[in-house]
Amino acid sequence: MERAACIRAAAVVAALTSTCAFAQGFTRPDQGKLTATGGVTQIEGAGGGGLTPWALITGYGSRDSYGGNAHSTFVDLSDYSLGTYGVAAGFHDRFEVSFSTWRFKGTDGALDGVKIEQDVVGLKLRVAGDAVYGQDSWLPQVALGAQFKRNKGITGLEGLGVSKPTDLGAKDNNGTDYYVAATKVFLDQSLLANVTARFTKANQFGLLGFGGDLQDKYKLRFEGSIAYLVTRKLAVGAEYRAKPHNLGVDDEGSAKDVFIAWFPTKNFSVTAAYVDLGTIVNPFVPGKQRGAYLSGQIGF
Amino acid sequence: MNFRNFIASLAVLGSLAAPAFADDELYTKQFGGKPGMAKITHEMMVGVLADPRIKDFFAKTDIERLEFLLAEQFCELVGGPCKYSGRDMKTVHRGEKINTAHFNFLAEHLQVAMENNGVPTWAQNKLIAKLAPMHRDVTEPR
Ligand code: HEM
Repeated sequence: MERAACIRAAAVVAALTSTCAFAQGFTRPDQGKLTATGGVTQIEGAGGGGLTPWALITGYGSRDSYGGNAHSTFVDLSDYSLGTYGVAAGFHDRFEVSFSTWRFKGTDGALDGVKIEQDVVGLKLRVAGDAVYGQDSWLPQVALGAQFKRNKGITGLEGLGVSKPTDLGAKDNNGTDYYVAATKVFLDQSLLANVTARFTKANQFGLLGFGGDLQDKYKLRFEGSIAYLVTRKLAVGAEYRAKPHNLGVDDEGSAKDVFIAWFPTKNFSVTAAYVDLGTIVNPFVPGKQRGAYLSGQIGF
Repeated sequence: MNFRNFIASLAVLGSLAAPAFADDELYTKQFGGKPGMAKITHEMMVGVLADPRIKDFFAKTDIERLEFLLAEQFCELVGGPCKYSGRDMKTVHRGEKINTAHFNFLAEHLQVAMENNGVPTWAQNKLIAKLAPMHRDVTEPR
């Protein structure tokens, strides 16, 4: 089912990109946005902060052009590590498509050596406002997005008969999150603020599947980011992301981070953060999963 | 004192009483007042005229006059004691086929000029906040 959704999404993207290319007569990427206004890459691959997708369209293509980037992110938690990498592109400062692949590993404790992988395809459409030019208006930039997630399996727990999230009580191995994001840059205060409302069934971002023994309904969960623009190439901020609690075996809570993002050029940015992802399957691995987050992005 | 003088002196009193003092501080302290702003707009235009992506727009422009008008306009926008005397943004720019990228390239030359003249980022952003909505009038409508 969800796999079909992924393929459908990819087909839509291919169609849109090719029409863009034709309509544009193969315009070159213009890098026509101000530094940092493409954001960085959030954990699922969309343009955003570290944890939350923003309404900003990724890359530096202006409304007359397009831009793209590749990212790699590494998170070193108390008992796990997460590595992701992927690519994203923004078209006409209106439409964004992203792909990210995840490798999550137990590095200590009861789940040491266990591996979970998933792929995420993201789509985002800007529907209103302009975060930067609308300084004389209260309307934020607003975007709608979807993240199609496909779990590629769990390895290392075969002895317990576990090879996929449904073996742990999830209702589905694949699922889709839908979100509305509102982002505003308050230049007069040198602040960026973002609020995202996400409809989701995901357990631990999808790593532990979707829905569970406790509930199997889409839940509305809020996410927020605030950043101070220290210079036009440096931002510091904090984020919060609430998550549903669907699985009996995992007392899932919220995720938080504080970050610093540096944009030395429009072709490169690096984000360092300290994240707290709460507990992850705490009956087996007690203790908060906290640690360093490092993400690099190169783009055109 | 005739009526016109009376109104004029009221306006002067009004501007003295208003928090224009604090704003004026932004202009004089952070932007370096008249000489500071003149230097910033000049350096910005040096950058613009050396930028192959946008310099051609200014091929027939009286640059000295443009720098003067920009300094005057920026001064007013950050609350300084100036009144912009040039033409309105739509009249000047419409038809020039200026797009969003051109707009931002020019803004970046301003940012660099402010940086090089020691204007702190928070103060720079107060000016950029006033300029950003002009995007609507400066670039071609779509
Ligand atoms: C917020 C951004 C901008 C501001 C505040 C601004 C301001 C001004 C001002 C005050 C003038 C003089 C008006 C007059 O002659 O009465 C002017 C003229 C001009 N501007 Fe802009 N401008 C902006 C963006 C741009 C951009 C992005 C371009 C092109 C890349 C551009 C190209 C020109 C040209 C070519 C003239 C001279 C027109 C002439 O010679 O008649 N401006 N601008």
